[in-house]
Amino acid sequence: MSAPEARATTAVGEQPSPATGPRGFGSRFMLSCQVVLGIVVLMIWQGASGRLVDDFFISNPLDVGQRLYDWIIDGSLFLHLWATVYETFLGFVVGAAVGVVLGIWLGVSPFTSRLLNPYLNALNALPKVALAPLFVLWFGLGVESKVALAAVLVLFLVFLNTYAGVREVDQDLIDGARLMRASRVQVITKVIIPSALSWVFAGLKISVPYALIGAVLGEMLAANRGLGYLVQYSGSQFDTAGVFAVLFVIALLAVVLNFLVELVQHRMQRWRVVGR
Amino acid sequence: MIELRHVSKVFRKRDVLVDAVRDIDVTIAPKEIVAVIGPSGCGKSTLLNMIAGLYMPSGGAIVYKGTRVTDVNTDVGYMTQKDNLLPWRTVRDNIAFPLELAGVGKTERLERADQVIKHVGLDGFEHRFPHELSGGMRKRACLARMLLYGAETALLDEPFAALDAQLKLAMHDLLLKLAAEAGQTVLLVTHDLMEAVTLADRVLVCTRRPATIALEQRIELKRPRDVLNVRFTSEFKDYYDALWERLRVEYQEERV
Repeated sequence: MSAPEARATTAVGEQPSPATGPRGFGSRFMLSCQVVLGIVVLMIWQGASGRLVDDFFISNPLDVGQRLYDWIIDGSLFLHLWATVYETFLGFVVGAAVGVVLGIWLGVSPFTSRLLNPYLNALNALPKVALAPLFVLWFGLGVESKVALAAVLVLFLVFLNTYAGVREVDQDLIDGARLMRASRVQVITKVIIPSALSWVFAGLKISVPYALIGAVLGEMLAANRGLGYLVQYSGSQFDTAGVFAVLFVIALLAVVLNFLVELVQHRMQRWRVVGR
Repeated sequence: MIELRHVSKVFRKRDVLVDAVRDIDVTIAPKEIVAVIGPSGCGKSTLLNMIAGLYMPSGGAIVYKGTRVTDVNTDVGYMTQKDNLLPWRTVRDNIAFPLELAGVGKTERLERADQVIKHVGLDGFEHRFPHELSGGMRKRACLARMLLYGAETALLDEPFAALDAQLKLAMHDLLLKLAAEAGQTVLLVTHDLMEAVTLADRVLVCTRRPATIALEQRIELKRPRDVLNVRFTSEFKDYYDALWERLRVEYQEERV
């Protein structure tokens, strides 16, 4: 995928509002349906465990809940959770910052964009997780190698969206600003960046789970704390309930992080919210 | 003030050369209001883009106040067909935008924006976003922004095309008042012959593409003009008929 031809995610503003679905279901009704669906799935899981499928393989919701409760009581969950949140956050911030800067820079510099195009293609085509052993080698077993892996996963997603957003900016808006004596820096900061924000946020939103994946994967490879380490450890002890408990926490963490990005977007793009 | 010296413009579109403007030679005096009228797609907007420095002529030269235009012409205010308001800014912030670019302090620029907002009748809508306004309001916001920019020349590309008849008259009135107050030179591209005669000191009729000047008609209706009633005078009708005779030829040729 080349930078100019990159297929980035659709801008956030074009997505249907989550408050009312395509057929106009009320959000409260939909939330009730979602809760009921979740309970039904848990009940089926509980019913099937030990009867239809050996609970060694799939455990059951009550055991998973019990394991979570134990970890909360002895405080170990928070230790591991904090390690993962810290690495995810740092990786996300570093990857997003570099991705946004790179996307803007290449978006406004056609020459550099074309120059770097084949190299970016090659880097983007790499399965980034394959870099994990290298990062362990370079940055050691500590936080840094997990942050680097998370950052690299985030970077390309944010970069491609930002680049696409910058290339999509209405040329008339740029011309209008130039006619009003806007300098190049003013054109970038007052027209191009605000205009590309929808795309940037689309990139940030899709990259949140990837930051988490990077951190967890890094912990699974080499660590002594973090949710990745915990899932790896539970797996090695054949503790299926423990594995499911960690997966539940990771999923919950992804939802919370996604919500935080949406919150920031909501504040920074008030005009879009008003538009809805 | 603005000289178009044998200006031509040729576009290349997928190895095909499109002749948009051919050998236009016109001079526009300071404070003059000139309307350019002609069939759709004949190259009128290209003319404005060249004066604004957004396009460079393929032949001839654009000279603005004695200096050849070779880059974006920041001495002109340009109101394009599409309103170029920044969608993430409120009306007030959009109108104050040129002052912000010029480094004017926030308090001063918002005060000045508020004055202009009142002038164009947008008070009460300062904190709305462009998409919350009607087409006419957006046009007024563009006009206000151009006014605050304080350019000595206004380039208007079919500024009132999408407006209903009543609003159009109100905008004509506003434009004439503002241009007279600021002593602006105005170059107006329009499809509307009535609008051209109502507003202009001179009307240029363009041929079908490539645009050349088919007729240059001076409009000597007295100023200040009453936009509501000027169209019912016999002089207006004479100008209108003379211009329509020439314009009809272009439209007929286009139909053939």
